[in-house]
Amino acid sequence: MSNDFRARNHPAWWAFLVHRLSGLALSVFLPFHFWALGQALQGEARLDGLLRWTEQPLVKFAEIVLVLLLAAHLTGGLRLLALEFLPWREWQKSLLALAAGAALAAGLAFALAL
Amino acid sequence: MDMLQVSVWRGAASGGYRTYEVPRQESQSVLDVVTYIQRSIDPTLSYRFACRVGMCGACAMTVNGVARWTCRTHVAKVAQGNAIQIAPLANLPLVKDLVTDMREFFDKWARARGQFVPSATRHEDFARVASDSPGRVAANAGIECIGCGVCYASCDVVSWNSGYLGPAALNRAWTLVNDVRDGARRERLAAVAGDAGCHACHTHLSCSERCPKNIAPTAAIAGLKRAVAIAAWKGEL
Repeated sequence: MSNDFRARNHPAWWAFLVHRLSGLALSVFLPFHFWALGQALQGEARLDGLLRWTEQPLVKFAEIVLVLLLAAHLTGGLRLLALEFLPWREWQKSLLALAAGAALAAGLAFALAL
Repeated sequence: MDMLQVSVWRGAASGGYRTYEVPRQESQSVLDVVTYIQRSIDPTLSYRFACRVGMCGACAMTVNGVARWTCRTHVAKVAQGNAIQIAPLANLPLVKDLVTDMREFFDKWARARGQFVPSATRHEDFARVASDSPGRVAANAGIECIGCGVCYASCDVVSWNSGYLGPAALNRAWTLVNDVRDGARRERLAAVAGDAGCHACHTHLSCSERCPKNIAPTAAIAGLKRAVAIAAWKGEL
């Protein structure tokens, strides 16, 4: 027999999924990030053109999602480091909530500052 | 009388669910339900239990998709309306109905060097271990394991990597790594350091979430990772 979603429906498993998916999404984004920076090598106008393109609402929204993913991956990673390297405490779920809260706060701060 | 609709896995790996009607009672455990089916409805149902009081670890099953010790799981806690689904534990070969073959589970304890190896003989004095010493405290956190297999059945890494030693075996190894009387620390760390050992854990914490004894095998696995890293750094492995 194998497990289905019911066995996995608990906060730490969801945290694992968010960490894994955000990591994959960020690794897919990274080449585009370097490509965008590389446009500067083609001259100032080329980069400025690309930056103007990023002013579109949909791209801005994608940028907020990107910051949220980055924050989630960072705080999730810090949570795992704390779990693995600090003495074990029964606060693992509180730590998880803290990581999720910090990631959401970072995403929200970025969205509101736009 | 309220009746429970109990869907029970019948057959081996190629079987299916069969539904039974069981009278609902106050303070009824899931094991009571299975026992009622076997004694009053269908004597061909196979399941396993022994102590009925949460000590032996024999009666673990999958209840509504989640691995649990059935003797101490109240129907009131898990029933969805009047329905319950009962299946054998996941990640273990199925013998029949609700009975799984636990050999691989316990073989992995042996593979993780789960046996105590004395470092002294009977002619020496008793070892005196202070109850508040760090090793004793760390060992205490894991020694109440009853070997029920709930953590093993809940672990996705066991599903993905059949060689993975699993949370219970690694928890056992960690209690012995912290036992100052034990004489096989290096061999044990080497046994849990491989691809199928502590470093394979993905930190889903399903084991810690589901353990009926509230043990956190994830803590033991994190401890083993640190101990293995330190031993490797010192050139002991």
